[in-house]
Amino acid sequence: MGSLSMDRAEPDFKNELAKQPGGENFAACFACGTCTASCPVAAVNEIFNPRRIIRLALYGFKEELFKSDFIWLCSTCYACQERCPQGVSITELMTAIKNMAFKAGYAPSGIKAQNDLIKGEGRIYPIDDFDNKKREKAGLPAVPTSCPVVEELFPQ
Amino acid sequence: MKYAFFLGCTIPARARNYELSARKVAEKLDIELVNVEKFVCCGFPVKSSDILSAEIMGAYNLCLAQEKNLDILTLCSSCASALTEVAHKLAEDGPARKEMNKELSKVGLEYHGGVKVRHLARILYEDIDSEELKKHFKKDLSGLKIASHYGCHYIKPSEIYDGFDDVEDPKSIDALVSLTGAATVDYRNKKRCCGGPLLPVNEDVASSVSKEKLDDISEAGANAICLVCPFCAVMYDGNQKSIESQFGTSYNLPVLYLTQVLGLAMGFDRKELGLNMNVVKTKELLKDYFE
Repeated sequence: MGSLSMDRAEPDFKNELAKQPGGENFAACFACGTCTASCPVAAVNEIFNPRRIIRLALYGFKEELFKSDFIWLCSTCYACQERCPQGVSITELMTAIKNMAFKAGYAPSGIKAQNDLIKGEGRIYPIDDFDNKKREKAGLPAVPTSCPVVEELFPQ
Repeated sequence: MKYAFFLGCTIPARARNYELSARKVAEKLDIELVNVEKFVCCGFPVKSSDILSAEIMGAYNLCLAQEKNLDILTLCSSCASALTEVAHKLAEDGPARKEMNKELSKVGLEYHGGVKVRHLARILYEDIDSEELKKHFKKDLSGLKIASHYGCHYIKPSEIYDGFDDVEDPKSIDALVSLTGAATVDYRNKKRCCGGPLLPVNEDVASSVSKEKLDDISEAGANAICLVCPFCAVMYDGNQKSIESQFGTSYNLPVLYLTQVLGLAMGFDRKELGLNMNVVKTKELLKDYFE
């Protein structure tokens, strides 16, 4: 992973993150590594390491986190959060970091596309007439092909 | 028993087999499922990018159930957790609800709290007496060796789920499956995630996570997987072939929804349970149970 120069750290970042839902008590992390040991993603890919992400956040390596691919590899399975001996809401913390990175303009294209699709269409798999034909054939009721309420909930 | 039926996005488009079998099983047990046309996405898929918008979608859906004076029944585990989380957050008449109601006022709605959200599997486990359930069974499924996959959001985060199952040693799905006479197979890393939420981020990592579990289940000698979430089914059923070719493995492991297992025991036929829509073929596995 290489070493990082402390010159690049932004110490205020941890306070900013602590204000987000899920960030409340993340400074209580004592780096035991239960999170990483419990993580199904870390088990198959070492670039995802929740303990390291928490350390980076505590030191204030905001840019390293925001520009990274790895923060997006949390599958939100909650295995870590359920086991954290310090009661850190790790899954919620990961979500808070991803939300901040998204706001700052960093996100994989798939995440951006998903966000646009849902706020635009109201569904991740919009239903078309062809879907409803298949549903009818299977004896299932039709589902609306549009969700106009999203325009009011999320005005552009 | 009457519930607002929250189908979500994946089920009506990509898991009609789950919906069909769930409707059959519910009907048999006198669980009335009320279709609510105006429901939108639960919000789960936007949580990673914009949690406020995710919660607005969740709260909007809760309001629609509130209008009908019904609790919500879901089939998807992600929908269950996203909606339960919002219901949990807005349960108290406090600042969180006040803030949310400002958002909801844009569409002329106000949430008053009190809507309960539960997954169908949880409802069956908590509310239906097992002897009562067995009265509806016509076929004994002994011969099937089923590995239950709980996934994540069906039982976690535990603080929103009133401890209905133990996150470190879950039992609810196995308990329901074993009522049918099928053997339940324990396996390594049973609690592991399917990897599905990583699909829009990194397909390779998502497949690697799924592959581990397919390996463990095959090794334990199960001849089918039973699950309760359409996302998990996308990984284990829909993507099983591509995982096999990516990693040079071979599983041929049929994946059944819990409602298909229960429906099979209840005597419904293949088509009624949508078994023809399962990607990994179930014909050989289930040949003894159909004439």
